[in-house]
Amino acid sequence: MNFIRTFLAGLLVVLAAAMATPAPVSAGELEDRVKALDAKNFAGKGKAIEALEALADPAALPVLRAMQEGLLFREKATKRIVIGVKAARSFEIFDALSGEALGVVKKRKLKKISVNNRLRGRLRLAIGALALTSGDAAARSSAAKALVKDADPTILPALDRALAREQEVEVAAVMGVARAAIQAKGGEKSARLAAISALEGVLDREVMVVLGTLSQAANEPDAEIRALATETLAATEASGRYYGMLETLFFGVSLGSVLLLAAIGLAITFGVMGVINMAHGEMIMLGAYTTYVIQQVFPGAIEYSLAIAVPVAFLVSGAVGVVLERSVIRFLYGRPLETLLATFGISLVLQQAVRSIFSPLNRSVITPDWMSGALEVNAALSLTYNRLTIIIFTFVLLLMIAALLRYSSFGLRMRAVTQNRAMASAMGIRTNWVDALTFGFGSGIAGIAGVALSQLTNVGPNLGQQYIVDSFMVVVFGGVGNIWGTTLGAMTLGIANKVMEPWSGAVLGKILILVFIILFIQKRPSGMFALKGRAAEN
Amino acid sequence: MSATNISLRLLGNDTGARVFLAAIIALTVLVPILNVAVPPDSPFHVPTYAVSLFGKYLCFALLALSVDLIWGFCGILSLGHGAFFAIGGYAIGMYMMREIGPRGVYGHPELPDFMVFLNWTELPWFWLGFDMFWFAAAMVVVAPGLLAFVFGWLAFRSRVSGVYFSIISQAMTYALMLAFFRNDMGFGGNNGLTDFKDILGFNLQANATRITLFVFSGVALIGAFALCRFIVASKMGRVLIAIRDAEARARFVGYRTDMYKLFVFSVSAVLAGIAGALYVPQVGIINPGEFSPLKSIEIVVWVALGGRGTLYGAVLGAISVNALKSYFTALAPEIWLFLLGGLFVLVTVALPRGLVGLRGQLARRRANSGALKPKLAERDPAS
Amino acid sequence: MQGKTILGMATAAATFGFAVTAMAADTIKVGVLHSLSGTMAISETTLKDTVLMLVEEQNKKGGVLGKKLEAVVVDPASDWPLFAEKARELLEVHKVDVVFGNWTSVSRKSVLPVIEELNGLLFYPVQYEGEESSKNVFYTGAAPNQQAIPAVDYLMDQGIQRWVLAGTDYVYPRTTNKILESYLKTKGVAAEDIMINYTPFGHSDWQTIVSDIKSFGAAGKKTAVVSTINGDANVPFYKELGNQGIKAEDIPVVAFSVGEEELSGIDTAPLVGHLAAWNYFMSADAEVNEDFIAKWHAFIKDEKRVTNDPMEAHYIGFNMWVKAVEKSGTTDVDTVRSAMYGITYPNLTGGVAVMNTNHHLTKPVLIGEIQSDGQFETVWQTPGGVIGDAWTDFLPDSARIVADWTAPITCGNFNIDTGKCSGQNY
Repeated sequence: MNFIRTFLAGLLVVLAAAMATPAPVSAGELEDRVKALDAKNFAGKGKAIEALEALADPAALPVLRAMQEGLLFREKATKRIVIGVKAARSFEIFDALSGEALGVVKKRKLKKISVNNRLRGRLRLAIGALALTSGDAAARSSAAKALVKDADPTILPALDRALAREQEVEVAAVMGVARAAIQAKGGEKSARLAAISALEGVLDREVMVVLGTLSQAANEPDAEIRALATETLAATEASGRYYGMLETLFFGVSLGSVLLLAAIGLAITFGVMGVINMAHGEMIMLGAYTTYVIQQVFPGAIEYSLAIAVPVAFLVSGAVGVVLERSVIRFLYGRPLETLLATFGISLVLQQAVRSIFSPLNRSVITPDWMSGALEVNAALSLTYNRLTIIIFTFVLLLMIAALLRYSSFGLRMRAVTQNRAMASAMGIRTNWVDALTFGFGSGIAGIAGVALSQLTNVGPNLGQQYIVDSFMVVVFGGVGNIWGTTLGAMTLGIANKVMEPWSGAVLGKILILVFIILFIQKRPSGMFALKGRAAEN
Repeated sequence: MSATNISLRLLGNDTGARVFLAAIIALTVLVPILNVAVPPDSPFHVPTYAVSLFGKYLCFALLALSVDLIWGFCGILSLGHGAFFAIGGYAIGMYMMREIGPRGVYGHPELPDFMVFLNWTELPWFWLGFDMFWFAAAMVVVAPGLLAFVFGWLAFRSRVSGVYFSIISQAMTYALMLAFFRNDMGFGGNNGLTDFKDILGFNLQANATRITLFVFSGVALIGAFALCRFIVASKMGRVLIAIRDAEARARFVGYRTDMYKLFVFSVSAVLAGIAGALYVPQVGIINPGEFSPLKSIEIVVWVALGGRGTLYGAVLGAISVNALKSYFTALAPEIWLFLLGGLFVLVTVALPRGLVGLRGQLARRRANSGALKPKLAERDPAS
Repeated sequence: MQGKTILGMATAAATFGFAVTAMAADTIKVGVLHSLSGTMAISETTLKDTVLMLVEEQNKKGGVLGKKLEAVVVDPASDWPLFAEKARELLEVHKVDVVFGNWTSVSRKSVLPVIEELNGLLFYPVQYEGEESSKNVFYTGAAPNQQAIPAVDYLMDQGIQRWVLAGTDYVYPRTTNKILESYLKTKGVAAEDIMINYTPFGHSDWQTIVSDIKSFGAAGKKTAVVSTINGDANVPFYKELGNQGIKAEDIPVVAFSVGEEELSGIDTAPLVGHLAAWNYFMSADAEVNEDFIAKWHAFIKDEKRVTNDPMEAHYIGFNMWVKAVEKSGTTDVDTVRSAMYGITYPNLTGGVAVMNTNHHLTKPVLIGEIQSDGQFETVWQTPGGVIGDAWTDFLPDSARIVADWTAPITCGNFNIDTGKCSGQNY
């Protein structure tokens, strides 16, 4: 609604405005101004950017973009300004304006035209102004957005021209908001007041910044404008609060699914088999390292690396699990507390092994493009793609595990062996192999969790230790031996943690959760979902 | 009761325990003598470095003993015993911080340096009284004992047992670790308490103080050993073992199993607290790292490695693992974790009764291989 | 039988001790006290390798005083009491002449009484909170005035008006933030424009905090985050920043604990433009630096390994020690210590480092922006060196204290009001 209203208001102004097109620019002048970008200090570069922007020539766009990304260089020999693209150990260079390929040169032949944060902000503005009338709809829309915070009213004519030419309604709406926000900053009082009212309900943080600035006495001398800005801001924030609650919920579910991912393998090895697997964290770590290795082996397939890593990590961690079960754990059945000792030893060995092979440094796992960034539901609520992916992934994994346990013959055997080993054995099930495969399965799931966690945290030798204590808490809280209990446990703890964090702080929140678990176990000594029957006595 | 009677009651006909007691007493007596009376160039001289090192081992041994008392004899596996150890250590550490008095770097007459630095204006209430040694000493016993009592009362009353108990004891120490890490708690945060100067007026860096602390650790270990033997050899000890082996049955027979467990758990926590209190002046630092769940697991590993349910096995395990750690971290810093981890696995799989079970295991194997032959012979007289 | 085992073990340990002390003393021993396992191994292993490289270099040049250097490496395993034990072992059993080691403050605090008691010599290479000057320790890392204050000055110059001080809850961030808070207030920043936040070690779920920072930064004033977040927690923090769309142009983050090595474990593409303040960057444009990097790559046999600020600190510390030993003709601690004062050595950024009488170095301060290749590009640098200040001037209690280990003060914490040294063990 507001967008449309603002849009219409903007349109009227546009019609009234004179449609002056800038005079064509001589090629020489453009070239000179591009050369000026290579100034000695940042202040000089800033001036050069402004000068280049003033020409309003779209031909300058690639130059400015390259500069923003740090790809603009001066070729030392020819003093030409070039765009360099890294290729192996040298750079492929192109003429900055014409884009003509100039061959490949060594890095030391080039001098980078460096930028700092202030210049980057300035560049963003300049690019925004130029991109308003060129590029695709998304570029125009983001260009308009970029103008909201930093631009001053001098940009209005350019914006009006763009608005007049704009065909896409959505882009025009964004431009309208930008226009109102800029107009609110200065100019004639009645126009400002109208612009401010038009901004009500726009949840964009940048717009709220503008309103916030206007509501402070230090920035705005006019009391009437201040009052209106404050009022508008309050109204907007009220609707933002609802989305804030949704955001907290999302954070909680996301933390819960991380906990669930880490714990679900343990729910199988510990919950179903009764092995206190202290090496569980290291199985997660192996999965994360597998992701790293996959990315190293297939450097060209970063986008698919996670899809490849999931089955590979399952096999790697699962194989290590089977080996462990056959070589160590099978001697310890019936002595659950001693599995703790042996697996603790194994976890030390695995940590040191990783340290020896991959060095003690953290390894860098690249986030694929499709997992970067955020899904913008609206301006106040954006869900980051990596968290979203992990939540969905966790639940798909959970369903698959549940289905496997419920419907497959392996699941049937596994349940039979855990419920009554002697009887199962008498029925001809090879309990040895079921044990080995179950342990391998649990470990493999931990490996898959490692793939997902590599996107959130450090991939290093200590990765496993971070999650082991939390995983045990989740499994015990949910009720040992019950995957749905584990799920509910993880979600409860995740959401409770995130709800409490804003008022208690991260540390105190965690302490309170632990105290809560301790007290909860007093009430329900076998977790939320205890196994019924004789099993509970053990 | 005559002296022989008591010793018989305490040691029974357990040769292991007897040898162990003799060895610890010998160590407690000999090490100081060899350090002080023997000239440094003699091959029998024990350097001061070794004295504090052995002192540290003795404290760990006492800690392991306390875990064995509940795990070996009552089946309670605590993965949070490091917490009691650390609390005992903090109690004595707070006393030693107060002892510094105005000698801190900021010269504040009362507040420890870290409080001056973090803008505390007056001593928080829980630091009051720690300027008196008797109070701190009482706290070494009371604080861990009380925590164990409350925690145990909650847990045992509602029959939390087995792994559930283990995990919530882990949660307890984890929560305490996070709490003590907070600088706002007033316990020095991550740095903990350091830079102690003296205890009861004796300079901590003086050789005599070191030796005294070492002797105290030895005496405490012997005393605790005697106490534990006394408990497990008494009628109550039988009940504890009954609880370990079949808790439900013991309860049905009419024993208040929760009370027995609560008692022995609290005693164990007190012993752990004393171990911590002796440990801190010897190593010179106490920080929240001692609360970390991994440390508590390590303690259990010592006990299992030495052999649970024997008391002296726990001591042997604690001393040998830590001696190996000291040795390997200097000799083979890059691979010591492989060795230590491998050892844990090997011992668990090959020596289910720990190091002290080794002798029995060997004896049994010998007996078995001896017994096998006649059987074969019986079955087939012709061969 | 079991008892015998214990006794046997004890004697074995003891004889091991003798065996080592009995070794010939024709080498000069250099102790290396860095964790090779446990949580700190990530950072400290590199420093162990650095010292080994420096020792090897020096031996190629013929050693010191005609003797070869011998490195004695031990592993304190990120266990703070074990640090004290290992320090004692190095000094008493191995009789080392100097120790290079420690990373965390708590490990230094743990080692301090031992080093002072046995009159050892420790070179501590990491940026730290200050408030300390021990007779037996040389602090080659940055004090707060060599890192935090210049960084804030730079950001103020860039128009920052609102500040988030985010740190891990331990003594270094607490101190730095206290100093910064007091410094910012003297510069006229209002209390409501400063947000202070502490998180536990290894904090991995940054959703809420980053979202708070985002709202805090949306109040109309240009905002920056001053991060003293430690080690492992940085990766998830930066990842969350990137994912929630906070760019360096909007809210720059300046970090004091993030160097090239930490960045080598992160995909830095979303971090371009965030800042760090150090005394050294691998990208520093100087001959000595390129030389050092080449030697490091040759030693570690890996072209991809980076260099960082604590490595430079060890480089400076080690070479200063060598110079001081050669100047005094002995490795005797007290003689070497006095010889250290005023000693200079070229640092890797093209200037000269000086060891001051308060046991801190004079070093330049560099502000760098993260690049997409995981390196920093220097955007600002102090014109000359900054003298490390052991006791900060921005806190009332410590402003009254000065450190000077030469006559007439000869003390690490001299109170200028009372004219006395407090807290001295000697």
